[in-house]
Amino acid sequence: MINVFAAVISAVPGSEGAGAEEMPSVLAVPIDELIIGIIAFLIVFGVLGKLALPAIKKTLAERTELIEGGLAKADETQAEAQRILEEYKAALASAREEAAAIRTQAQADRTAIVEEARNEARTAAAAVTAAAEAQIEAERNQATSALTRQVGELAVGLAGKVVGQSLEDDARVRATVDAFISDLEQQAAR
Amino acid sequence: MSADVVLASGGLSCHLMSGCGFPAPGAEIFQFDAVWAPTILGVTFSISKTTILLFLAVVIILGFFLYAFRRPKLVPRGSQNVGELGYLFIRDGIAREAMGKDGDKFVPFLFSFFFLVWLLNFWSIVPFAQIPVTSIFAIPVAFAIIVYVTWVPLGIYKQGFIPFFKNMMFPPGVPKAMYILLAPIELISNILVRPFTHSVRLFANMFAGHLLIASFSVAAFYLISASVVGILGSVASFAVAVALTGFEVLIQALQAYIFTLLAAVYISGALHAEH
Repeated sequence: MINVFAAVISAVPGSEGAGAEEMPSVLAVPIDELIIGIIAFLIVFGVLGKLALPAIKKTLAERTELIEGGLAKADETQAEAQRILEEYKAALASAREEAAAIRTQAQADRTAIVEEARNEARTAAAAVTAAAEAQIEAERNQATSALTRQVGELAVGLAGKVVGQSLEDDARVRATVDAFISDLEQQAAR
Repeated sequence: MSADVVLASGGLSCHLMSGCGFPAPGAEIFQFDAVWAPTILGVTFSISKTTILLFLAVVIILGFFLYAFRRPKLVPRGSQNVGELGYLFIRDGIAREAMGKDGDKFVPFLFSFFFLVWLLNFWSIVPFAQIPVTSIFAIPVAFAIIVYVTWVPLGIYKQGFIPFFKNMMFPPGVPKAMYILLAPIELISNILVRPFTHSVRLFANMFAGHLLIASFSVAAFYLISASVVGILGSVASFAVAVALTGFEVLIQALQAYIFTLLAAVYISGALHAEH
């Protein structure tokens, strides 16, 4: 390389006019300047490459990772939120449906209960009425039969008494009738 | 304008009407006397202004980036932001651009080149420094040699000795007969010319830019005289020198970028045979 340059450089005449003969060509490549130039670069490259740039490379990589991680996390969170929202909406819809069903059911139940209660009341009322009527009928029958029997007995008793005593004695007749009536009253009270 | 330039261009009394010819700055403005010349292992190192600026650049780069990346935080603050901007520019804009994911391994290499070359170029417009160190030909040559001895062995190692040269000399998709012409051209252009163009591109740009600024600065000084032409010329030259300085700022960064990008492209070619 250096030889190539030297060959090329020696082929180029000194740059220009006045003073060129005592000055070295601007295209001269003195070995000391070459070495100094190479050393200068190697110092920069060595120190930056070893000390400064790895740190910033690492930091940039971490930052990229952090940002990408953050974005992924945000995506995940958003998806999660979306999923929860869907779930919530679904739950809400089913709850609404259920509520509506329950309401419909309750309506139906209420109607049924009211109807049933009404029927029951009606049945009960009819039963009570029937029982009362039956009882009244029975009591009336009983009373009628008892009265009939007693009236018969009384009539027989009264006739016996009337026949057994003197009809002239008005006072006595009157007493008999009175006794009969009070007797009757006593029976009624019993 | 630099004191070096003025003094080198014929003294402070040389003006348009003083019977003094225009002292056009030449190659001498790129020559600096050695302030110290130690001899180590038989090589005499002449330490001059440009050598000092070179090592000052090394110190500044190391100082800044060691400080900026001393304890890098996940949430960057202050200098770390600036440093990261540089790092990501090299990684995404150059390394990955040229060689994809493989480029990550070469980021420190390219990073060092970019910032060193940039700062060395930048000395051109720093008051009192005012010389792009990369306009000293040996410096771009040194850098180009480093790139060369990186990508050639890397290519031989990755592709194998014969395939490396075969892939280089016989690019696919060319009519067979063309290889008679193409193979030697490719070999010469890649193996011989490439390091030369790589270094000369940087050197010549910085050299020419500096020479232009120096010429117009000297002209602005030289034309100061008791004449309308002189005053107008001086003002115009000064304006051009200022404009060129602004333009140089762009060129400095651009040349550093191009040098680094080419290094990345050469390494990329060594890693994967061109298809």
